[in-house]
Amino acid sequence: MGKIVALTGNDAAGTAMIQIRPDVVAAFPITPQTELMHKFAEAVADGDVDTEFVSVESEHSAMSAAIGASAAGARVMTATAANGFALMWEVVYIAASYRLPIVMTLVNRALSGPINIHCDHSDSMGGRDAGWIQLHSENSQEVYDNLIQGVKIAENRDVLLPVMVTSDGFILSHTLERMEILDNQGVQDFVGENHPQHTLLDVDHPITFGPLDLPDYYFEHKRQQVLAMEKAKGVILEVGREFKKLSGRDYWLFEEYQMEGAERAIVALGSTAGTVKETVDALREKGEKVGLIKLRVFRPFPKEELVEALKGIKALVVLDRSNSFGGFGGPLFTEIRSTLYGSGLSFEVLNYIYGLGGRNISLKEIEGVYSDLKEVIETSKVKERINYLGVRE
Amino acid sequence: MALSLKELSQRRDLLSGGHRACAGCAGSTVIRQALLAADVPVVAGCSTGCMEVVTTIYPYTAWRVPFIHNAFENVAATISGVEAAYRALKRQGKIDREIKFIAFGGDGGTYDIGIQALSGAMERGHDMLYICYDNEAYMNTGIQRSGATPHGAATSTSPAGKKIPGKREFRKDLTSVMAAHDIPYVAQAVPSHWRDFMGKVQKALSVNGPSFINVLAPCPRGWRFKDKDSMEMARLAVETCFWPLYEVEKGTWKLTYKPKEKRPITDWIGRQGRFRHLMKEENKHVIDELQANVDYKWEQILKRCEG
Repeated sequence: MGKIVALTGNDAAGTAMIQIRPDVVAAFPITPQTELMHKFAEAVADGDVDTEFVSVESEHSAMSAAIGASAAGARVMTATAANGFALMWEVVYIAASYRLPIVMTLVNRALSGPINIHCDHSDSMGGRDAGWIQLHSENSQEVYDNLIQGVKIAENRDVLLPVMVTSDGFILSHTLERMEILDNQGVQDFVGENHPQHTLLDVDHPITFGPLDLPDYYFEHKRQQVLAMEKAKGVILEVGREFKKLSGRDYWLFEEYQMEGAERAIVALGSTAGTVKETVDALREKGEKVGLIKLRVFRPFPKEELVEALKGIKALVVLDRSNSFGGFGGPLFTEIRSTLYGSGLSFEVLNYIYGLGGRNISLKEIEGVYSDLKEVIETSKVKERINYLGVRE
Repeated sequence: MALSLKELSQRRDLLSGGHRACAGCAGSTVIRQALLAADVPVVAGCSTGCMEVVTTIYPYTAWRVPFIHNAFENVAATISGVEAAYRALKRQGKIDREIKFIAFGGDGGTYDIGIQALSGAMERGHDMLYICYDNEAYMNTGIQRSGATPHGAATSTSPAGKKIPGKREFRKDLTSVMAAHDIPYVAQAVPSHWRDFMGKVQKALSVNGPSFINVLAPCPRGWRFKDKDSMEMARLAVETCFWPLYEVEKGTWKLTYKPKEKRPITDWIGRQGRFRHLMKEENKHVIDELQANVDYKWEQILKRCEG
């Protein structure tokens, strides 16, 4: 079935793309995404894939070309990071509103300025309202698996939304990890053929993409995007079940790690979940009732499921690797606290903003977060609701 | 294929009537002529601007060919993607039709905000024709100056004020910039010389690779002339040598029409309200500057075309 290999996150994403064999890839180089595109360009140059590789002159044009190609009926993939994603912002929204199933790897990197090439989630969080499904990855394996599932989720007739798969810059993208890859045929059979209903190349049935949409219709079209997001949740679960049959690996909306009987929990995204797991294991050995929820699907946001999973918790910390300047905590915190309000659950929720610009987070710091939670439970007092972890004050 | 009016009149207009362009709009004429000239099925794109706005108000569309509008600056990149998809799907045997691709953009979307995407698409060699309908300002947003607005013209962001008499800069020679990309075919045209323009469209579509045609599209609202005079304004731009008709085929420059007698620039600008302030005594020097620039550019073209 699978083959055990050692790959970096970028090679894992590149391998997934090569096995998916998209019709068109349009991309522009940006650190730390570059090696992903190198790997794919080599496959094109060697004839391993017969993809049209459009080496565009900017990320804005990368997404613009992806939109054109997808509207023409092609299966399209791309990849970017940080400033590249910010440059394509305008058309990121357009891809979603035209209901084009483009799949993109976002190698998470801090947005400028000051310029910084290392990991945080300011880029993906900035795109949270763009109408893209967001699948977050803890390791190279998940980057690979999420990309393969992403194609099938995006192209589902009930969904038809673009999918973003994240990969923490350098932490995953440049780190060699043991993982399992599927055989080419298995991936091909899993993603199947793309059968778009309406395409620009169907010249006998001309259609217009992207008309001017005024107050008499625009709102309804936005509402349809909302409904597609709602339907996506079921499709993500269904694709996850199918993927398990192929790979043996479980994928759900989030992963509950040691949540049974947990009184203190952390919610985290991406590679930091691995560090939290280590801490949880160590604390569990000491008999502490701690657990982790690793969110995989950030859009659509699994609100009901999270409420269910957090029953029995006495205090919660949300880790945010991005900031909302002048807002009430990081974006993940805001969303989770809002989800809990009125849910019948009442426990304190704290926010720890960490790791901006690639600042490492240590086991010790996470342990500190769990002990802060202990104090909150014991004293019923919250000293600081919004905390900054690992920063020099 | 030789273009005859009789034959053309029997072809189906691929941009339907009933769209919301202003009376006398030459932009829509440019699109109609371009689509009629194509002998094979065409997929079109258009940047944000007048033509996109007036032809596609949901749930209506005037386009009888497959059409995509994406954003302001990216029609060249968007059509790059469509063409790349076509090549991929054709190679896989999923499409067997011959299809051509045309990107339309106004001067704002082409000279200014879209020049990066345009330059990139041309450099990459996509088999596509880019047609700029150049009405010499951002007409859709209310007549603001662009890189294509002529020297001295009054626009809402280069108004004819007490101190500054209209646009101070000269226009960008985009057609030459595109010729410098060494693409197989580049041309300049006007809708009044329809046979010349449509022949150029056919040539452009017949080459394998990127091509670019810059078409002057007089705008009655923005230029301030009577809407019945659009074609006359295009003709006068050619007769004054403000807008020479030429083509650059594989690097060889050729005039496709040479006025018998070069008329003074005042014959053209004197008919347009946007230049009215130049007729005041204190602004006459602007006319001289404009004329000198036209003369210089015309000599340049003649040298390139006639050696």
